[in-house]
Amino acid sequence: MKSPEDSRGSQQRLKLRKLFRRIPKGAASIILILLLCAVFSPWLAPHNPIEQNLGAALKPPFWQGGGTMDHLLGTDNLGRDILSRIIYGARISVIVGFVGVILAGAVGTLLGVIAGYFGGKIDAVIMRLTDIMLSLPFILVGIAIIGAIGPSLTNVVIVLGITQWVGYTRIIRFEAMSLSRSEFIEMAVISGCRWWRILLVHILPNVLNSAVVLATLDVGKMIIIEAAFSFLGLGVKPPTATWGAMLADGRLYMTVAWWIVTFPGLAIFATVLAGNLIGDWLRDELDPRHQLKA
Amino acid sequence: MGAYIVRRLLQSLIVILGVIVITFIISRVIGDPVALLLPPEASPEQRAYLTKDLGLDRPLYIQLVVYVAKVMKGDFGHSFRHQESAMKLVFERLPASLYLSFVAVLLAIGVAIPLGIISAIKRGTIIDRIGMTIALFGQSIPAFWAGIMLIFIFAVQLHWLPPSGYGGFKYVILPATTLAFFVSAATARLTRSNVLDALDMDYVRYARLKGVPEFVVITRHVIRNTFVTIFNIVALQLGLVIGGAVITEFIFSWPGIGRLSLESIYSRDYPVIQATVVVAALIFVVINLLVDIVYIATDPRVKRN
Repeated sequence: MKSPEDSRGSQQRLKLRKLFRRIPKGAASIILILLLCAVFSPWLAPHNPIEQNLGAALKPPFWQGGGTMDHLLGTDNLGRDILSRIIYGARISVIVGFVGVILAGAVGTLLGVIAGYFGGKIDAVIMRLTDIMLSLPFILVGIAIIGAIGPSLTNVVIVLGITQWVGYTRIIRFEAMSLSRSEFIEMAVISGCRWWRILLVHILPNVLNSAVVLATLDVGKMIIIEAAFSFLGLGVKPPTATWGAMLADGRLYMTVAWWIVTFPGLAIFATVLAGNLIGDWLRDELDPRHQLKA
Repeated sequence: MGAYIVRRLLQSLIVILGVIVITFIISRVIGDPVALLLPPEASPEQRAYLTKDLGLDRPLYIQLVVYVAKVMKGDFGHSFRHQESAMKLVFERLPASLYLSFVAVLLAIGVAIPLGIISAIKRGTIIDRIGMTIALFGQSIPAFWAGIMLIFIFAVQLHWLPPSGYGGFKYVILPATTLAFFVSAATARLTRSNVLDALDMDYVRYARLKGVPEFVVITRHVIRNTFVTIFNIVALQLGLVIGGAVITEFIFSWPGIGRLSLESIYSRDYPVIQATVVVAALIFVVINLLVDIVYIATDPRVKRN
């Protein structure tokens, strides 16, 4: 006979299977390829991404005259292999996308839960803070901060964390607010539950769905912002391969070598598109209100 | 309604004050202006003199108060690079930014709003799917890459339009299109969901029951009732675009405040950075405030409460 534990487990498995049945397959494959590239770049990349070979500079992709199978997507102005640089660049994008989202999401969700639960003056202060953050031209502020503290991967991620939390706070606050008026929270208060326990055990798990959906939709945004910083020379230091820096290099050689600027851009586009599709899917699955609309 | 406007005004003031304080903090993080302004071989006396002259020898909170008071009067001090006031530099570049933003937002409206409305009306059909796929693509293309690709196609290959610079209408088309990508995507999606909401309303069902032709239902009832929300969306996008065009202005050598601030960051010209950030934030806050006022002025339900 099955124990209740078992049937609960299989029910959850059924739920999960139902959830993943409608996952956009193309988008999921793109994300999978991206993760594989990021983790196994030394094994997947045919060349060293930063090794220069001026003898083989500006080689076109293999299908165009002058291209070779050795450099499938051609080489850049310094003879570096484009495909290898894109594969290594995936590392930076994955790190920035995920760590940035986790940082911003954690800060934003925490502030949102606090604002929504306590209300009153605390809420007013946090809300004005989000207004201030929203009205700041954040690309400019981000660039100014990175320009000041120096460009590096860590600094880019920190800047993303401290500038991108606002979206989470606004939505989570709203949910925490209506939750804190519900009966089970009242019961928790009556039974003498401490405020931090109410926040962590009772409210946080109930707003996590929304936070995860927002975070998924945000990964692409983080990757685009990092690419923008690198593009302006304020991201990860060269010669590290990043998609944004490749675009900056390629822009100067656009007239003679279209491939340098095209492929990293396509990589960003595909990644962000996949992230958005996965985010949309998660939102439809996890947020019943949205299902009605779609 | 009056009380609400007063409260919103106060909130906006607080936000602007907060922005000013943040620019002060950033300037302190960026570095010592004395070291930036003087050559490395300057004598300690010269350093001491300039420190005193700039008021940097006073306690930090007094510096902050002096700074806020000056900024409130529009005085950000002189640019380190140009012998001109930072505010004047920003105002010289502002028209170019406004011009670019307006054209971009107009373009976005022209494409996105019809797209959103049609997708909503034809919900679930192939037209809806195509429309929303276009919007999703627009949202996923990094603006600066789109800009580079547009230059490559329309300037380098086809020679139809100039690759960069500032001049007649021909020059604004590519940068405005670049900026419009993202704006249109967001606008189209929001328009669609708002029109969908309106289509579900009882008054729409009632109008249909009465036998009002579908075209009239859409134009007279649905669009008219979503107009205010759509106007809100567009106005807010405009506020974002004016301060957010840094990279587009950089790629197209567009002489707006975005490029000015970028140049200032590279040369650590922080009075100009501060002035740009505050002006961009001010524009955003004012647009937000106006949107809210228009919203309550045009919605009879708000007035009644």
